[in-house]
Amino acid sequence: MEQILQVFISGIFSGGVYALVSVGLALIFGIIGLVNFAHGEYLMLAMYFAYWMYNIIGLDPYQSLLINLAVMAIIGYLTYKIIMERVLEADHSIQIILTLALSMVLQNLALMLWKADYRNIRIDMTTDTTHIGFLTLSTPRVVAFVIAIGASVLLYMFLQKTYTGAAMRAVAQNGKAAQLMGINLKRTYGLAFTIGITLVGLAGLLLSPIYPAFPLVGSNFSTLAFIVVVIGGLTSIPGAIMGGLLIGVVESFAGYFAGPAYQQAAYFLLFILVLIFKPNGLFGRS
Amino acid sequence: MLNISNINSFYGEVQVLKDVSLHVDQGEIVTLIGANAAGKSTLISCISRTVKSFTGEIQFEGKTISNLRPDQIVDLGLVQIPEGRLLFPKLTVRENLELGSYNKNSRGNRKERLEYVYELLPRLKERSNQLAGSLSGGESQMCAIGRGLMANPKLLMFDEPSLGLAPIVVSEVMKLIRNIAKDGMTVLLVEQNVRQSLKLADRAYVLENGRIIMEGKGRDLLESPEVKKAYLGI
Ligand SMILES: Nc1ncnc2c1ncn2[C@@H]1O[C@H](COP(=O)(O)OP(=O)(O)OP(=O)(O)O)[C@@H](O)[C@H]1O
Ligand SMILES: [Mg+2]
Repeated sequence: MEQILQVFISGIFSGGVYALVSVGLALIFGIIGLVNFAHGEYLMLAMYFAYWMYNIIGLDPYQSLLINLAVMAIIGYLTYKIIMERVLEADHSIQIILTLALSMVLQNLALMLWKADYRNIRIDMTTDTTHIGFLTLSTPRVVAFVIAIGASVLLYMFLQKTYTGAAMRAVAQNGKAAQLMGINLKRTYGLAFTIGITLVGLAGLLLSPIYPAFPLVGSNFSTLAFIVVVIGGLTSIPGAIMGGLLIGVVESFAGYFAGPAYQQAAYFLLFILVLIFKPNGLFGRS
Repeated sequence: MLNISNINSFYGEVQVLKDVSLHVDQGEIVTLIGANAAGKSTLISCISRTVKSFTGEIQFEGKTISNLRPDQIVDLGLVQIPEGRLLFPKLTVRENLELGSYNKNSRGNRKERLEYVYELLPRLKERSNQLAGSLSGGESQMCAIGRGLMANPKLLMFDEPSLGLAPIVVSEVMKLIRNIAKDGMTVLLVEQNVRQSLKLADRAYVLENGRIIMEGKGRDLLESPEVKKAYLGI
């Protein structure tokens, strides 16, 4: 029983970061209607950045948190301005090809510039453990979970409780009407994209003490985030949070009972079942 | 106050507006009537700049505005209440109203504007926490008008506010527009409800197949044989 609980909690804790990666994707899709296949590549960039900050300047990922987020926000904004803004009115297929291409370009640039080597950050905390009751958890995973869920909930509160958040929801619901309120659509899209990228950057940073950086690290997380977002109902932030936790748990149990090789298979299976039986997502309204 | 000259607008190859000119002076109620597909909404959308494919000149308070962004038009106090209300269905009535004051002019006075709107339309206050998507047709239109008023407009453009409403509600909406105008608002009213809107109007234009074919005092047009025949079925 204690074992099972340990497996469950461990899944929840991984799920926190999955949730954070996914809320950014859901935000960008929900507000802009843009499917960002390059989402995971921004996680990769943030991981490399954390690695350099540690290796070159000697700041651990927590110390470089603010500057990393600032850099990711700038990169996100520039991506929006230089690339995404041009295809806002284009066909969905064009947008998809564009973000897929962007993903490939970023992966291959990383491969070319930084090689395929795994880059690990080994700080003291990497091997620390935290005890909660009889549970033993790796400290960076606890920190990652708390910050990830905190940031995801904060995003939700921002959308629900602030005026700017209401304006963003208005843009998502009816862009034309939002313009008639005097809302600048392009600026709102830019804000949504920047926030989404900053959040996935935060996820990368939180992962960096426990997960190596390498050029293709993003693609695993992209796939995972897509599954989470579909399970969560595409545009729903709470749905993405719950979906992230669920995938974490599924993955954890699959690893425990069937072995690590079956983890991906398990959440793909869940994904397919959801698509068949609840295509609007487990948490979305029909 | 609002001067539109020689507007030609196109959707692809199709020309919708043909050399349309009209003007609205400060304090007036001007009505634009026309059958379905005459181009009324297109004209209003050109003014709001949510339609961009047109030639010609639009001036507001002496300044050319036909090259501005839609949000800049709203900042000038030129506000549209669109056809079909276009409320934000998953936002509450209150959130809808508050977003009405997003523009630079009224952002700072949101509280006072909200009090004014609630006083004018008490039913909205009762429903303030209800989702806009669950309002009745009449309530939706009131909410859309309230949201337009939140913007602190100088000129308010209504696109078919009577659309889909029961006759008694139509009268209510028309009375509301009259009252808003009495408070000093300049109004451009697009309508298919010819009788009621012409009664309300100081001046009116008739748009047919994208051309202005008549203009005059509201009462005069109401009496004119052409309007009677074509729009009132007499
Ligand atoms: N986005 C668009 N793309 C192509 N054609 C359009 C578009 N919007 C309107 N039209 C066409 O332009 C013409 C004028 O439309 P508009 O909506 O301005 O008419 P209207 O006078 O407002 O009609 P109604 O009284 O039905 O609202 C119509 O023939 C319509 O089909
Ligand atoms: Mg119309």
